[in-house]
Amino acid sequence: MEMAPQFFRHGPSLLARLVFFVLLSLLLMATDARFKYLPEIRQAFAIIIYPLQNLANAPSAVYDAISEFFASQHLTVENEDLKQQHLIDHGQLQRLRALEAENAQLRKLLKTAQRLESKAVMAEILHVPRDPFNRKVILDKGSQSGIQPGQVVVDDVGVVGQVTRNYPWLSEVTLITDKDHSVPVQVVRNGLRSVVSGTGKDGTLELRYVAVNTDIEEGDMLVTSGIDGVYPPGLPVAVVSKIERNPTYVFAQVTCTPAAGVGHYRQLLILSLQTSVTETKNPAEAIEIRPEGRKRDKVGIR
Amino acid sequence: MAFADYPKQEILRPVKGSFIFLSLILALLLNLLPLKGIVLTLFPDFIALTILYWCINQPQRVGMSTAFGMGLLMDIGNASTFGQHALSYSIMAFIALLFHRRLHNFGSLKQAPQMGLILLTGQSVMLLTWLLDGSDFPGWDFFIASATGTVLWPLFSSLLRIPQRPRSDSNVL
Repeated sequence: MEMAPQFFRHGPSLLARLVFFVLLSLLLMATDARFKYLPEIRQAFAIIIYPLQNLANAPSAVYDAISEFFASQHLTVENEDLKQQHLIDHGQLQRLRALEAENAQLRKLLKTAQRLESKAVMAEILHVPRDPFNRKVILDKGSQSGIQPGQVVVDDVGVVGQVTRNYPWLSEVTLITDKDHSVPVQVVRNGLRSVVSGTGKDGTLELRYVAVNTDIEEGDMLVTSGIDGVYPPGLPVAVVSKIERNPTYVFAQVTCTPAAGVGHYRQLLILSLQTSVTETKNPAEAIEIRPEGRKRDKVGIR
Repeated sequence: MAFADYPKQEILRPVKGSFIFLSLILALLLNLLPLKGIVLTLFPDFIALTILYWCINQPQRVGMSTAFGMGLLMDIGNASTFGQHALSYSIMAFIALLFHRRLHNFGSLKQAPQMGLILLTGQSVMLLTWLLDGSDFPGWDFFIASATGTVLWPLFSSLLRIPQRPRSDSNVL
């Protein structure tokens, strides 16, 4: 059978094609956003994207290497500083070890759950998405390095976010400033527990549903409370920057600044999972997990 | 006279399929560049520009399916919901295909404002999907990317036309 020449081949009309593609993309969006059925398809596409992303990152990597090469003078000063810092840290670390041993001993005496030690994997930020809506970064380590969704990402100052999707060589991290992301926290000063949520804007977090008469002050440090079983306890998250107590409202407006500087560093640490928090398919399992979390809530934090 | 303008247009050589492919890959690469701050705000969506160019100049070869596929790739690269860019790109490709005969007759300078409108439509579709997803309005500077895309269009389209330029000695008899 001879094919018709290209000029006469039309196929479905333009409008029909538009309707088809619009419906297809709406379907994809709905399945991806609501049901999470598409990890395999996403991973297949990610394999195509990965080399391109690496290539696109090459110029800045080369620039970094060159600027490092020329900044050797600066390097000696930095080296001195780091050596001093190392000495100080070493001293503190030794005290920490003694304290850790003592803590473990005391916990054993009190028969409470031992705190888990977490291991960390170093990763580099590969790409920051272009959209102003997206509070996510893409890291260059993926399931091949053992990264799983749910793992916590920190920098040297505090919590940055949480791995929400993994690909073979990449992983997506949702930052704590994302609108749909919350971290259970505790005020260092008085142990008050709350949940800090992102606002979708850079550099601002908020404590929602804090009563007007709550004992919270500007400058209060918030650390992870660890009662969720995802974030290890004691990691700095944010500092309270502004409190508006308006008696006409039930809740005070508490604005915080994240401790970690997400925009400043390229290297981040991915901490290992505390408990597996992959989505529970079975509602019975979810119920099983909950009482344990509550028990920790009562016992875990001094 | 309807054909008064006609002799001014060059008769271009046929486009190689590999060149279309290469241009799409390069556009993807440009879109994936790690940028920050003001450059990021100003940076136009090169995939959209490339798709629009090929939809207008090679409507038989690049159409909505290419736009859809590139959109899916961009969704992964951008960590957004699967299908968002795909929707926006296929709608842009639809408009370009609908008007490609008319747009083809304009020079690239006169095409620019119309491209601006198409890019703006695409961005509005994207904004709408994000708003439906529960995000906040990001501010008007979100649309600056369309404006820079419009400004860059003449340069961009002449760049993509270079490989199809007739060889200079082909006119010599």
